[in-house]
Amino acid sequence: MADTHDHHEHPHGHDHPHGHDHSLTFQPDHPDTEYDLLEAALRELLIEKGLITARQIQQQIDSMDSRGIENGQELVARAWTDPAYKARLIAEPMAAIKEMGIDMEHQPEVRVVENTADVHNVIVCTLCSCYPRSVLGIPPAWYKKKAYRSRVVTEPRQVLSEFGTDIGDDVEVRVHDSTADLRYIVLPRQPEGTDGWSRDRLKALVTRDSLIGVAPVRLPA
Amino acid sequence: MSADLKAGDPVIVRNDIPTGHCRTPHYLRGHKGEVVSILGTFADPEQIAYYQKGEPRVLYEVRFAANALWRDYVGSPKDTILADIYDHWLEPADG
Repeated sequence: MADTHDHHEHPHGHDHPHGHDHSLTFQPDHPDTEYDLLEAALRELLIEKGLITARQIQQQIDSMDSRGIENGQELVARAWTDPAYKARLIAEPMAAIKEMGIDMEHQPEVRVVENTADVHNVIVCTLCSCYPRSVLGIPPAWYKKKAYRSRVVTEPRQVLSEFGTDIGDDVEVRVHDSTADLRYIVLPRQPEGTDGWSRDRLKALVTRDSLIGVAPVRLPA
Repeated sequence: MSADLKAGDPVIVRNDIPTGHCRTPHYLRGHKGEVVSILGTFADPEQIAYYQKGEPRVLYEVRFAANALWRDYVGSPKDTILADIYDHWLEPADG
């Protein structure tokens, strides 16, 4: 809890009332919203009419939950070690991504933007929270928050510095607002001192944050 | 729908507030930018949102200077914001 009261009158112990009753075993998580109710009604109807099963829904949730950044890591490590592939990944991203055996069926088109000595790219969706799930999986919670979505376009350097990423004034900070039908990933710069590393070894260095563009790829300390 | 604009063309984002689902953020409306590239043709998501058949729209990547968008912008004059904007939101501007 981000409690910034200067004049807090008493510490948050468990010996005074604070809004819920511990004598009750089950506390509601939060009140159901209209959307919770709508989702439940629709799901129950679809199951009742035999259009889908509860098991199919669960399998789809599992499959979405289990996706991570592995595909993104593969793309970056290959691009770092294979200049011809890197050129294809930037020029014809969908073909280059499929070439790596990544299933892009029913997935939005993905574009790859390259960080260089002169340009630092960072990705946002100010309208909602569009994210390249096909290659990066589930977005982090902060990516969907208003704070990130509004601040990264108005004060990107301040936001980056809060991620520990300080960009020199000689470098262009380029914010991509993915407002339409495309999704973006950043091709981060290969860290110095990793020439000749294997793809597997390089892959392990690539973080989710570097693929969104809020951090560089760093060597382990 | 043909691509009437090309890379390098100065454009102005229509300063309009239509009701309903929009894919052009408010903070860019009425602002001047420059076409960076043509991203392809897509069915208009603003119509699909209402179960209509989306008309084909050309999608442009448009660049805006951060310090022209925001008063008191803290950063480098080189900093930019790139957004993907459909043709019906863009009007040609004077260079």
